[in-house]
Amino acid sequence: MKEEVISVTPDTLGNKIAEMKKNGYRFVTMSCVELDSDTVDILYHFDKNLELAHFRLTIPKNEAAPSISPVYFAAFLVENEIQDQFGIRFDGLAIDYNRTLYLEEEVQRAPYCRITVSNVEGSEGD
Amino acid sequence: MARTIIPFGPQHPVFPEPLHLKLVLEDEIVKEAVPALGYVHRGLEMLADIRDYHQMIQICERVCGICSTIHAQCYCQGIEELMGIEVPARAKFLRVIWAEIHRVQSHLLWLGLFADAFGFESLFMQCWKIRERVMDINEATGGNRVNVSVNIIGGVKRDLAPDMTRWILSELDLVEQEVKRLEKVLLHDYTVKKRTVGKGVLTKDQALELGAVGPTLRGSGVAQDIRQLGYAAYGDLSYTPVVAKDGDAYSRNRVRFLETYQAIALVREAISKLPPGEISVKVKGKPEGEIVSRVEQPRGELMYYIKGNGKKNLDRLRIRTPTFANIPPLLSMLPGIELADVPVIVLSIDPCISCTER
Repeated sequence: MKEEVISVTPDTLGNKIAEMKKNGYRFVTMSCVELDSDTVDILYHFDKNLELAHFRLTIPKNEAAPSISPVYFAAFLVENEIQDQFGIRFDGLAIDYNRTLYLEEEVQRAPYCRITVSNVEGSEGD
Repeated sequence: MARTIIPFGPQHPVFPEPLHLKLVLEDEIVKEAVPALGYVHRGLEMLADIRDYHQMIQICERVCGICSTIHAQCYCQGIEELMGIEVPARAKFLRVIWAEIHRVQSHLLWLGLFADAFGFESLFMQCWKIRERVMDINEATGGNRVNVSVNIIGGVKRDLAPDMTRWILSELDLVEQEVKRLEKVLLHDYTVKKRTVGKGVLTKDQALELGAVGPTLRGSGVAQDIRQLGYAAYGDLSYTPVVAKDGDAYSRNRVRFLETYQAIALVREAISKLPPGEISVKVKGKPEGEIVSRVEQPRGELMYYIKGNGKKNLDRLRIRTPTFANIPPLLSMLPGIELADVPVIVLSIDPCISCTER
């Protein structure tokens, strides 16, 4: 990417996002990328005066990521989309559709993952 | 006071596409709105797994029927930057011409739908009648009225001959004259103002905080437009964002109306400065690395995140469309307004649901 992508962890994400808000950055969106069978990248994109800033959070698929929607309300929609498409859970979502933004309740697979961690407790992933 | 929940959509006379809003009302006043999506979700991003990076242009064009060319342009620009391809100057100007022609037809489509939302049917018909001239330009220059497939990686695949550019200019003169005749109604008519002024206000701070884009952002007084980055040939053209400061439905209407004139002016300037030369370069290799590409669609900022791995299929293609960004601001415009104004406010962000859900 042209701009530097700053790596964050679930513990440091909150402070970084609060800092962006304080500095007047506009939330653009988030992008989720499956890296392998166990992990995903979540990229956070921000803009200020047409200049982009990015953060990268790499987390295991079966771990919940902290939601940034309490700080940037606009993020609730894309976080719900990532929950549907990649099965990644977000803790503290402002509006949680519980994986039904696009999907029906009975769908257990994460359709955008090549390898899915099943959402049914005790069952094996397909 | 008892609260009532009204399901608004997914099928509703003012919606060209399905969007569902759960409206919580006290009497006739909206207290809260929660959106529900998923009626036209197609999973287009995942086709990057089975279509190669050249074939994905046609997929991107089909994300949205109203701004097909601009989607392809955003995708091609991203891949070109990833692969270090320098596009010929003529191709950059041709991309601007088609993009701005798309903006004219998209805004005319919206102006008509907006008029229809507040019951002004004859105005709706006038806007769409004028739009037909622009659709004819699309067909004559791109071979199609809707999916105008002209972009390729490395440039464009169609050129505009001098007699064609002369014809485009003469048609746009007529379009401008006809649009001018509507100005008195769309911007100054009592009924239009009564239904739009002070309705669905989004302040400048709210617009920035909630991530608004395009005319929704500029209608709240923020002079931000991705064309200011100077991508394609915009850096060689005179361009200043159209801004209105009141943040209401009228302001968003005003921005789009004035942008129609501006788009026509940009086409004229691009044609007058159209440089000679090749319209594309040969492409070698495969995309590798990650990139964010942005362009200004009629509805606002369009963003593509592209990740390539040196193979013919991309690792990831993520598309963030302007309506997706404008839904959170819409949810903040609705509380406090009357139920009868909901269609006007929803239409005022120019929602494109096929875009949003992809």
